[in-house]
Amino acid sequence: MNSPTTSPLLSVRHLVKEFQMKAMRRSGRRKRIVQAVTDVSFDVHRGETLGLVGESGSGKTTVGRCVLRLIEPTAGQVAFDGVDLAQLNFEELRQVRRKMQIVFQDPYASLDPKMTVGASIAEPLVVQGIDGNHEDKVVSLLELVGLSADHARRFPHEFSGGQRQRVGVARALALDPALIVLDEPVSALDVSIQAGVVNLFGDLQQRLGMSYIFIAHDLSVIRHIADRVAVMYLGKIVEIGPAAAVYEHPTHPYTKALLSAVPLPNPRVERARSRIMLEGEIPSPVNPPSGCRFRTRCWKATELCAMQEPTLEIRGHGQLSACHHPEV
Amino acid sequence: MPTPILEIRNLQVTFNTPVGPLVAVRGVDIDVHAGEMLAVVGESGSGKSVSFLAAMGLLPRSATVTGSVLLDGQQIVGMSPKQMRSVRGRLMSMIFQDPLSALNPVHRVGAQITEMLRAHSKMSERAANARAVELLEIVGIPQPGDRAMQYPHEFSGGMRQRVVIAMAIANSPKVLIADEPTTALDVTVQAQILEVIQRVQVQFGTAVVLITHDLGVVARVCERVNVMYAGCFVERGNVHGIFEQPTHPYTRGLLASLPQTGVERLVPIAGFPPNMLRPPSGCAFRARCDHAVEACGSAIPPLVPVGESESACIRASELMGRK
Repeated sequence: MNSPTTSPLLSVRHLVKEFQMKAMRRSGRRKRIVQAVTDVSFDVHRGETLGLVGESGSGKTTVGRCVLRLIEPTAGQVAFDGVDLAQLNFEELRQVRRKMQIVFQDPYASLDPKMTVGASIAEPLVVQGIDGNHEDKVVSLLELVGLSADHARRFPHEFSGGQRQRVGVARALALDPALIVLDEPVSALDVSIQAGVVNLFGDLQQRLGMSYIFIAHDLSVIRHIADRVAVMYLGKIVEIGPAAAVYEHPTHPYTKALLSAVPLPNPRVERARSRIMLEGEIPSPVNPPSGCRFRTRCWKATELCAMQEPTLEIRGHGQLSACHHPEV
Repeated sequence: MPTPILEIRNLQVTFNTPVGPLVAVRGVDIDVHAGEMLAVVGESGSGKSVSFLAAMGLLPRSATVTGSVLLDGQQIVGMSPKQMRSVRGRLMSMIFQDPLSALNPVHRVGAQITEMLRAHSKMSERAANARAVELLEIVGIPQPGDRAMQYPHEFSGGMRQRVVIAMAIANSPKVLIADEPTTALDVTVQAQILEVIQRVQVQFGTAVVLITHDLGVVARVCERVNVMYAGCFVERGNVHGIFEQPTHPYTRGLLASLPQTGVERLVPIAGFPPNMLRPPSGCAFRARCDHAVEACGSAIPPLVPVGESESACIRASELMGRK
């Protein structure tokens, strides 16, 4: 693990992203603002994997996109290797982007069907104006992700889902990034195939030492791969810390409920387990609840929770959580 | 053993495609008993959904269905579309992964449930409306009276799936086929929907066939489990047997590939499922199996009792002994 003295690779502070919804003329509805991400701060250290979990609408994907500035954050700082990305001009940003890559959920949608896989993998090299023999580089990348040289001449439709995701990973690796955002990279794959791709991410990190932000809704996969985990709910981080602490000793009621809702593939354990059944569903990010955003579904909520927003505070097992009535 | 409510024998489904016949289901036998929750597990393309779409008569004309599907004693294979319409929704209903596509966007949800009721029984409109509201209440929709007057887009994903379940159970069917009913939902909502389905099963004695790829869901709610691979059942048995002493190498492979606490490195299954345009001879799993021998290629192995379960692996007993 990283010693606290080394500066983090990525440092996100008070990140905010709001989306404006168009006014609807006929219904007379005024312009509304979706608060997708509100005041999110976290660090990613060199060579570590930060898991970002949450249900749909929690803002986890938006955080990933804001980090890469694929979408412009509304407010807050994103510093990569000590450089605030918001201060950079277009050319400077382009240089930094070489070091930050992304892998999407659906490799079929992120690969051009009319380009050979080799050309797709070489494209980042071309775009960044890197000279040299791209062919050799492509072959070494293909081998790195467990494919072979003759795959370079084939087209995306000739690959299975798992292979296609490996192609997406090879392309992300082309520029030797220091950080890769993995946005639900194995969610579309069958479990028997998923296992191989998850192993690949681990192996690559061990060999090349890059950091990952691993975004997923599958808590078991995150548990397996992440060093630290951030749990998001309605645009905020409710709990963040070492994976073992968050999973074994969750302190935020939402984390606890989320973990208890995941069905475990062991009938004996699964049936003996007590479950917290959450009422209702995630509220609208247009009009989030006052105070703690989870209070409308929380069995511990009191008046205080509606009046005052809890801040992230350090808890017993080394994690931070934002709750007025944390679990102990 | 009482007679099963749904009895499927030697079901075969072949799709005629421009590149030749694709064999999706290759001789499936299954008994579903009244009031039980039965799992059909498999990965994409294993034929788990197609088997039950065939049983519901919902496949396109490019599909050829042979074999026997007896629902409450009635033969379903070869029924006319008109006869089929009177069975579907009355004796057997099906719910799917995406509830939005199962609902009509321009009709109020109450009216859609009412339509389902009046299609199968001579019910007055008023009685049907009242029953629709009752059904919404049964599936746990708050303020059912008001909600019945709303349109599908006004409901969240979980609430839509509840509406679809209300529709499916409107005529108290004997069998409910749930095809990946929680796959599109968040885990906290999945837990709620599984509870609704379990409540239907217990309260009305409806037999539920749960088609899923999620072994955790199976471990939570099902009693008997059928594992499907390349159009055949490769293993079946009691949920505890399947998870604790899997007899088929494919089942073992599936379980080993799951991320679980304490597992350092996942074990994927090598290779890919076979191309069903050219189904392999013998055991379809043998190309990916560590234990395959020459005899595995001779014929599709039948399910035979091994320990507590039934296994379609000719080496199952031998491999169990070795372990």
